[in-house]
Amino acid sequence: MVVRPPLRRAAAFGLFAVLALAACAPGQSTGGGGGGGKIGGTVHVLAVWSGAEQDSFMAVLKPFEDRTGITVEYEATRDLDATLLTRVQAGNPPEITGAPSVGTLNKLATQGKLQALDNIVDMNALKSQYADTWLKLGKSTSNGKLYQIFSWAAMKGLVWYNPKSFQAKGYTVPKTFADFTALVSKIKSDGTTPLCVTLESGAASGWPGSDWIKEIVLSQSGATVYDNWWAGKQKWTSPEIKQAWQTFGQLIGPGAGNVFGGPNYMVSTNFGDVGTPMFASPPKCYMLNQGSFITDFFVKANPSLKPSQDFTFFPLPTINSANAGSTVMAGDGFSMTKNTPQSRELIKYLTTAEAQSIWVKRGGKISPNKNVPVSDYPDDISKQVATALAAAKIADFDAGDLMPADMRNAWWSHVLDFVKDQSKLDSILADLDKTQATAYSGT
Amino acid sequence: MDVGTLLTVQLPTLLAVVIGVPAVLAGYIVLGEFLVRRLPDGVRPSVRPWIWVGPALLFVALFLVYPVFGTVYRSLLAGKDAPGGAFVGLGNYASVLTLNNFPNGGVWIAIRDNVYWLIFYTILALLFGLLLAVLTDRVPYETPVKSLIFMPMAISFTALAIIWRFMFSYQPPGEPQTGTLNAILTGLFHAPPITWVQDERVNNFALIGAAVWGITGFVMVILSASLKGIPGELLEAARVDGAGELTIFRRVIFPLLMPTITVVGTTLVIFALKAFDIVYVMTAGNYHTDVLANTMYKTLYLAQNFANSSAIAVILLIAVIPVLIFNLRQFRAVESRR
Repeated sequence: MVVRPPLRRAAAFGLFAVLALAACAPGQSTGGGGGGGKIGGTVHVLAVWSGAEQDSFMAVLKPFEDRTGITVEYEATRDLDATLLTRVQAGNPPEITGAPSVGTLNKLATQGKLQALDNIVDMNALKSQYADTWLKLGKSTSNGKLYQIFSWAAMKGLVWYNPKSFQAKGYTVPKTFADFTALVSKIKSDGTTPLCVTLESGAASGWPGSDWIKEIVLSQSGATVYDNWWAGKQKWTSPEIKQAWQTFGQLIGPGAGNVFGGPNYMVSTNFGDVGTPMFASPPKCYMLNQGSFITDFFVKANPSLKPSQDFTFFPLPTINSANAGSTVMAGDGFSMTKNTPQSRELIKYLTTAEAQSIWVKRGGKISPNKNVPVSDYPDDISKQVATALAAAKIADFDAGDLMPADMRNAWWSHVLDFVKDQSKLDSILADLDKTQATAYSGT
Repeated sequence: MDVGTLLTVQLPTLLAVVIGVPAVLAGYIVLGEFLVRRLPDGVRPSVRPWIWVGPALLFVALFLVYPVFGTVYRSLLAGKDAPGGAFVGLGNYASVLTLNNFPNGGVWIAIRDNVYWLIFYTILALLFGLLLAVLTDRVPYETPVKSLIFMPMAISFTALAIIWRFMFSYQPPGEPQTGTLNAILTGLFHAPPITWVQDERVNNFALIGAAVWGITGFVMVILSASLKGIPGELLEAARVDGAGELTIFRRVIFPLLMPTITVVGTTLVIFALKAFDIVYVMTAGNYHTDVLANTMYKTLYLAQNFANSSAIAVILLIAVIPVLIFNLRQFRAVESRR
């Protein structure tokens, strides 16, 4: 689904106005800058944020538009990779793209369809603001140039719960993975479903389940297996990856019996609605695993919820103590497909702490930029997440975002198959191996 | 969009399109006629049609025939990640048809679902359209009813799919059902709710049902117009001869509507084969609801596999050919009967 904000309508109205009046407009042409620092013109941005997230992104852009006179034409799609690749193929790419997968970006970079950012942004300033991990992630693996800069980050593998309902039932926050599975069984034996998992997300359906699996792989088998796996060098049928799927399967229980609504509800409900049963009275589930951004959805769906009082999190306990402190994170990076004065200004703006703080203050985002102070985070939870992300020992990037788009989509799609029928695991993994054999060639 | 680019770039383009294109076409025709007049009398009638049909032929060749052959050619070349490569013969077809690892069950599932669409979408839309056209013809409140049924035509397939996703929405048994269909199912029939879009036993039919809802109005309006064209005397004569209403429909109305039904049927078959929007929005091809158009889209834009997606496009083309031949024959038969 493509959401077009009213900007386009305004533009269409402008066209009518001009045609009607045949007005002789003063020379306000593109790039004509002049005094006052107003550049004017338009920059097209394609990104994944719609709804509440779109409002926040618009708020980020507001000061930029006011100051530079540049109009940002924003287009949102959940099917970002396919849309971006289509537009690039058609010779009509947006100037700036927000948060495509790293795999897709690498593909475009090797094809010479992306603008290297090394000479556009102030690299020294970037180095002082960002940890090396983040800069390294934005660089092409083939030529070492910087193609993507991360404005926001999300921490994955956070288990959200309602402290009040935990207290009412006498449940305690688990410290180890064994405690966690024991708690799941205990809640089950008390007569409630312990977990909430929802997987629907349009063309990207299944990704929340893939989050579980990648977190389990990292914490169960460690960073080496994890890195080989997303790079296509570790087979899906290998014991490590299979074990991770099985662990996920045991958590959601046979027939997904540990999850509210069972497999039917899981596959048919949007990922953003995951918290609704948990905040029902009495709660219909007690825990859910989702990235730090999900708080935004909690509060939008139920404005009376108070962070820390009504919901808080604990990191998904590490399975293998050798990998203690392992964390999967995801980032919202920006990359440039067309180099124009307007797109250069925008990408520079998006790397500043000033721009990033706006969304940070609105909630739901963590900034990887060291210049965004902890005091900017609106509540204790986001402060805790920001601190936890900074403290993570083995922080690894979202494996799905690092894989080629067809590999990742096959994975998402097979998560749905697995949830519906866990006995298909072997054929699912064999299928994923076949995709792995073709997806990586040429990248 | 600012005023500068509007005046310097968009306005001249607009003028060129609105004034320039008709001017060039008119100039071509005037010049063509001028040349034809110079020709000897005997040759003129055989040359003139080609002058007039020339531009259309050129556009068809450029935008339809050339891409078709281009796609066929490309489907015979290796071409993962970049179009064009070494000649591989039917290798791409073999890999498309044998690989079943593609997300959502491979190309055979898509072919099966396209067959479902072809049969059920076409027949149901024709059936409902015909029924409504005949029934509304007999009631005084025909116009408002027809307007209501025609209304879904004004909705794009994407919006239609989103609306139906709400209709199909699912909550676990025991919870209040927010989806209309499940609310009816649990409230009236006390049956357990169904995941209409995800359950592989019903989802293809749920998707086709939504599509039929969207197109029935169109079928009804066209058949209804054709129905109005049947002379009243004919029906009266049949009644005088003692024919019942059902016999009149079967022996008089239906044969006279046949040419229109064939045309509408052709259109529906083409719609069924190119089904994409509803599948893409409602399931993205998951849960064994994939269709060829969606498989092609994913192969091209997600896997960036130009060779395999061309092969799928050609398979789709080959699938259409028998339908086209059948329809052309049907059309000719109807013509000769006149």
